[in-house]
Amino acid sequence: MKNSYSIERRMEDLNKIPDQAIIPWSVAFSVSWGSLRRRFFRSLITMVGVVLAIAFLTYMLVMDDITKALVVQNIDELNLLLQKADVDIIADSSGKDTRMILLIGLSLFTCLVGIINSMLMSVTERVREIGTMKCLGALSTFILKIYFIESALQGIIGTFIGIFLGLLVGTGISLHYFRAYVWKFMPWLDIGISLGWACLIGAIISVVAAVAPAYWASSKEPVDAMRVEQ
Amino acid sequence: MKNEPIVRTVNVSKVYKMGDETVYALRDVSIEIKRNEYVSIMGPSGSGKSTFFNMVGALDKPTSGEVYMAGYRLLDLTPSQIAWVRCHNIGYVFQTFNLIPTMTALENVAIARVFSGCGIAQAKKDAAEALEQVGLGHRLHHIPSQLSGGQQQRVAIARAIVNKPSIILADEPTGNLDLHTGEEIINLLSEMKTNFGITIITATHDTKMLSASDTVVWIKDGRIDRIAARSEIKIEIGTIDGKTLA
Repeated sequence: MKNSYSIERRMEDLNKIPDQAIIPWSVAFSVSWGSLRRRFFRSLITMVGVVLAIAFLTYMLVMDDITKALVVQNIDELNLLLQKADVDIIADSSGKDTRMILLIGLSLFTCLVGIINSMLMSVTERVREIGTMKCLGALSTFILKIYFIESALQGIIGTFIGIFLGLLVGTGISLHYFRAYVWKFMPWLDIGISLGWACLIGAIISVVAAVAPAYWASSKEPVDAMRVEQ
Repeated sequence: MKNEPIVRTVNVSKVYKMGDETVYALRDVSIEIKRNEYVSIMGPSGSGKSTFFNMVGALDKPTSGEVYMAGYRLLDLTPSQIAWVRCHNIGYVFQTFNLIPTMTALENVAIARVFSGCGIAQAKKDAAEALEQVGLGHRLHHIPSQLSGGQQQRVAIARAIVNKPSIILADEPTGNLDLHTGEEIINLLSEMKTNFGITIITATHDTKMLSASDTVVWIKDGRIDRIAARSEIKIEIGTIDGKTLA
């Protein structure tokens, strides 16, 4: 040990300096996971935002699928139930659709802003931690990775819970209004496609929300680790 | 080779623009720091001490002038190469310890080893060894909040030496510690110097640091005010009671 500290061992040519050390994803993942756990409540609140937005989206899509499948049947008793549930069985309902899309869009946008805000706060809090890691030899790409994983994890877990919740509520309310007809004419394929869409939209939101905070975090300088004031 | 300085600055200046005014944080500073030397940089806040320290530590780029470190001219290096130099040649110790709060002592040290391109299993082995060397072999799996300030700083020193650097750069390492613990940390740094031949560079207000230092550099108004060897300082402490020290 004693002699291995001499510098000559590493006095190679400039071009022998590797451009970057490869850090396994698992390390980045464990750093991200640790930080999510430490800010458990804030992560939870951010996640609840995602859950609600995605649940709302899934609920709307599922309800739409089910009522459409039922309207097509044109059974007298069912039509009565549909009218009771305030579903328009004759007229074209495009005006309602636009309003629905606007509502869903707004809720998704709010959720996006929520994740970005929470992640930016997390960056501000951890400027020194990021600087320290850079002092230790971490590259910007590593910092980018950990922030990306962090907000993506929040988004993905939130999306799954949201989809589950939306499906549950959607089916539950349909059962309440339309009773056994729901099981009889359940549009499995359409609902599957809807869930796929919800998944995709959730994933897109998570990724888009991750970009700005991760980039901002990775641009922090190692000198930031030296500052004493918080 | 042996006598070549480990860090050399040539006419280093750092200029900040504040509106129309240009402020010189550093003005043509040239210095050579020899291998296996314990250097303390002293100066009041606003003197350019921190700026100078960051230059010497490859943390900041000078506006003009050159910094050579371990034989590399830092100007020639890409950012990722500078990261490599930092990782392999410099160990950093901070006033506020800067351990990652979610990680155990062992993980905190191991991650520095991983950044240098080492596998995880080997990194943990080396980290345990480094922690043993700073006297924390029995605290491997404690997280920072379960450790005292002095112990946290020891973990930070273990983290600094785990990649077997040639330099330890310590920014006010005793600033957040009580008198006794501070002394222990200074002794530990001196030990690293004697046992492993590491060059120690510290920025400090702490006059306790002086007795361990080989050389003391005073920075004032962005210039080197004075460089003194330890033997000269001791006489001074006797005569003027250390009042001009910081």
